[in-house]
Amino acid sequence: MNTLNNTIYSINGPVVKAADTRDFSMLEMVYVGEKRLIGEVIGVTDKFTTIQVYEDTAGLKIGEPIESTGQPVCATLGPGIISNIFDGIERPLRDMTKLNGAFVAEGNALFSLDTEKKYDVTVTVKAGDKLSGGDIYCTCPETALITHKCMVPPNVSGEVTFAAENGQYCVNDTIIKLKLADGMEMPLTMVQKWAIKKARPIAKRLPINRPLITGQRIIDTIIPIAKGGAAAIPGGFGTGKTMTQHQLAKWCDADIIVYIGCGERGNEMTQVLEEFSELIDPKSNRPLTDRTVLIANTSNMPVAAREASIYTGITLAEYYRDMGYHIAIMADSTSRWAEALREISGRLEEMPAEEGFPAYLPSRLSEFYERAGYAENLNGTEGSVTIIGAVSPQGSDFSEPVTQNTKRFVRCFWALDKSLAYARHYPAIDWNQSYSEYVEDLSGFYNENVGLEFMGLRQEIANILQEETKLMEIVKLIGADVLPDDQKLAIETARVVRVGFLQQNAYHKDDTYVPLEKQMLMMKVIVRLYRKSLDALKNGVMLSDVLATGLFEKAIKIKYDIPNNNLKMFDGYFKEIEEKIGALSV
Amino acid sequence: MSLQYVGLKDINGPLVALEGVSGVAYDEIARIRLNDGTERIGRVVELEGDRAILQVFEGTKGISLENTRTIFSGKPLEIPLATEMLGRVFNGAGKPIDGLGDVFPEKMGDVNGKSLNPVARQYPRNYIHTGVSSIDALMTLIRGQKLPIFSGSGLSHNKLAVQIVKQAKLTGEGSSDFAIVFAAMGVQNDVANYFRRSFEETGASERVCMFLNLSSDPIIERLLTPLCALTAAEYLAFEKNMHILVIMTDMTSYAEALREFSSSKGEIPGRKGYPGYLYSNLASLYERAGVIEGSTGSVTQIPILTMPNDDITHPIPDLTAYITEGQIVFDRDLDQRGVYPGLSVLLSLSRLMKDGIGEGYTRADHAAVSNQLFAAYAKVQDARSLASVIGEEELSDTDRAYMRFGRLFEDNFLNQGFDENRTMDETLDLGWDLLCSLPKSELDRIDEKLLNEKYDPERAARFGDDTVKITTDIANEL
Repeated sequence: MNTLNNTIYSINGPVVKAADTRDFSMLEMVYVGEKRLIGEVIGVTDKFTTIQVYEDTAGLKIGEPIESTGQPVCATLGPGIISNIFDGIERPLRDMTKLNGAFVAEGNALFSLDTEKKYDVTVTVKAGDKLSGGDIYCTCPETALITHKCMVPPNVSGEVTFAAENGQYCVNDTIIKLKLADGMEMPLTMVQKWAIKKARPIAKRLPINRPLITGQRIIDTIIPIAKGGAAAIPGGFGTGKTMTQHQLAKWCDADIIVYIGCGERGNEMTQVLEEFSELIDPKSNRPLTDRTVLIANTSNMPVAAREASIYTGITLAEYYRDMGYHIAIMADSTSRWAEALREISGRLEEMPAEEGFPAYLPSRLSEFYERAGYAENLNGTEGSVTIIGAVSPQGSDFSEPVTQNTKRFVRCFWALDKSLAYARHYPAIDWNQSYSEYVEDLSGFYNENVGLEFMGLRQEIANILQEETKLMEIVKLIGADVLPDDQKLAIETARVVRVGFLQQNAYHKDDTYVPLEKQMLMMKVIVRLYRKSLDALKNGVMLSDVLATGLFEKAIKIKYDIPNNNLKMFDGYFKEIEEKIGALSV
Repeated sequence: MSLQYVGLKDINGPLVALEGVSGVAYDEIARIRLNDGTERIGRVVELEGDRAILQVFEGTKGISLENTRTIFSGKPLEIPLATEMLGRVFNGAGKPIDGLGDVFPEKMGDVNGKSLNPVARQYPRNYIHTGVSSIDALMTLIRGQKLPIFSGSGLSHNKLAVQIVKQAKLTGEGSSDFAIVFAAMGVQNDVANYFRRSFEETGASERVCMFLNLSSDPIIERLLTPLCALTAAEYLAFEKNMHILVIMTDMTSYAEALREFSSSKGEIPGRKGYPGYLYSNLASLYERAGVIEGSTGSVTQIPILTMPNDDITHPIPDLTAYITEGQIVFDRDLDQRGVYPGLSVLLSLSRLMKDGIGEGYTRADHAAVSNQLFAAYAKVQDARSLASVIGEEELSDTDRAYMRFGRLFEDNFLNQGFDENRTMDETLDLGWDLLCSLPKSELDRIDEKLLNEKYDPERAARFGDDTVKITTDIANEL
């Protein structure tokens, strides 16, 4: 097989074809042209091999060579991933600036990880040990927060014939040697490769029953997400998708965040880079970058790499899950990924389905979201991958194909609403359109860890909101004045819920992250206030007198007035409600 | 020796095909010499075997299958770049059209640009003062931002663009190195003249570099216009350390040219016939705004687009807003009421504003004022829709106060003269005066301390007795 005979036959944007060749297999990685641009085989017929190129094809010529590698497009996995920033095919962007300056150049096949940095390695196996796929053979501190555990690649097993001493090693140094079943000896370094489009194997899936705690009230209490679950955040421009993703990335209780900026703004990635290095994780007192990986394929970077960025991100996440960590993936935005599929599909002149998207859009989306999960790993540890995907529906129309198909594969749906955003109600998650199917699965956790009242309070808050929606229909027609006092009270309470509870200020030091316990107490104050007032009304007290106590305004300000670390202050609120409303009844 | 290819294989709209070519690179530029001695420029857009498809910038009028000789340059399209481009006028392909001769190049620049490595970007922070209250206070323009203006046919976006060019200034260090690159795509002759004249009259033309593609000019050249303009802007910003404001109008014409080009190429259309890569294509322009490490300059963009049928969900404004960092939206009702600039405050947004205002940039109370103005104006809409059902007389006192606030806000804050250049202090103080026409209890987005310091119902007195009466009524009631 002489690969040098394969040459470029045609070029159309990122799609390149080679004619009369039988050397390529599907999804194989290839080097295209003199500059060795990275590409992937996406179609093979007896006449043509079709290749999508992950880099800009300007300057390529007909007849330049195409070199096959015999391998699929792989992610490089090893220490040095965390706190790094990569492009869609895992090339280190920081190193690229050193090489090429501010603008991205083509054809540099940089190694993803820092090969010169020495890690403090502890080898956990000895000669004679029998290891199989997923077993950990050495560990090293990767950042102050994350201990990296090097594992035998999933499809390999054998007996250790050599194990290095503990000490300082680079990622490409041999740590152990394995004697495989066929007698071959296989050296293992701290790095392994894995095809990005293939899910890494696990022992078994575990039931999903722990929440991903985010500190965002509307999410944690009303529409919760579970560790190992998948959620979608659809919203038109300006509704705060990115802001919500940033908040989750900052505060959620995952061990590691993989943030994929897929076809989004360059300045946003810069903001993440800057903010996360300045923000200190309250639990560990380390900058958030110590637990974050960024994958940046901004909207002006080549479109094929945008498609790959999503797979690269999830492969990195699965690798860390295999070590026993909990990972949250923020994919912003999956619509851009779908558009990349559409663009490539159009260049291939495939038959389009809805709105020009290819017919395989739903299957690609489901493949992606199914890689989320709570798993028992091959080595017996437990870990999870949670996917939170932003969706940017065209024209803010949720009936478009990407939103609709995504809805089928996620169990948690945070619909961002334009009118809430215009009213500067943030997070602009619309409680009427959003839902979470995880509520049931998580009730056990809340009962055990937060309080038995939690689920009940949550339901009451939801009821008040629903009542308001119903009443507002009437108010819109005939005005609020004609409503009886108890219904007016419901509307007033719903306002407290909306402004005091659901609205959350990302820029306020206490309000940006609220622990579950405080969330519960806040609900409790509102529900207590509502019930007491309702009782008072039944006893003939006027609503205006109830409102004049100022308790409702005070309840709205709880989020600012009670610091997260002084929840005892709530007692005073309950007492005050008793006294002030009680005084009215007399 | 350069090889000449005689004749063409076929011609389709702006595209021509040649056969039997070899050694041609994707995206390279070719010169097509006609028998009458004129020359046109073409770009390779597709290669298949020995067949090359070229788009001809000046159009294919007069080209036949036999009367051409094509010479490939082996290079992508490059334009000469120099500081002396400021004050000059070019066509869409970067050729001078002001009769002052060629630019002496300090450097040749590939118009396609390269994508900016996100690591090399600096997060934009400082603001550009426009002197327009609504923009400065509520949708502040930040250096390195891309903030489009969404308008409609017949609205005053051109006037606003001129006013911004005229008044735009930087504060703080490096503020003198400020210049404007103006790209007109598919604009009518008289509109282009309006801009040209206005720049001359206001004395701004010395710091403006114009790229003009009129509506009668070929569409392929229209596709090049923003590329040339941005290449010039990047050169001035990142190599000459200047702060460049790029105004691009009208992006709708650009997108339509792209659609025309795509359909003549026989591509599968996406939404409304626009090519599936419209998003990527627009992004490749808009993302060329920014601030980079190692340069003190910046590229800020104000693309202007007219929304077909005033529809903000049309693919062009929709995709634009997904890429840009906010949007400034014109409102036809306000415009018709004579409010200039009639901007729809609630639909408009500047995403980068939060990090570029406040202490050290504008004024400490800026965020509070703008949040409260937004929130109050949102309530005005509620009050108005209620009033349209039950009549204004039936409204509660609070709602009536909001109705009044709405009118005052539109007439005094949004509305301003074409020659009126308001300072940041004037704008924010005006905001406070307006807020003071509302009862204090309604100002829930401002923290207590600041409110106590600034709130004074008398401040609203300048807007007329009517308002004062209402506020004191409510004050008494409380």
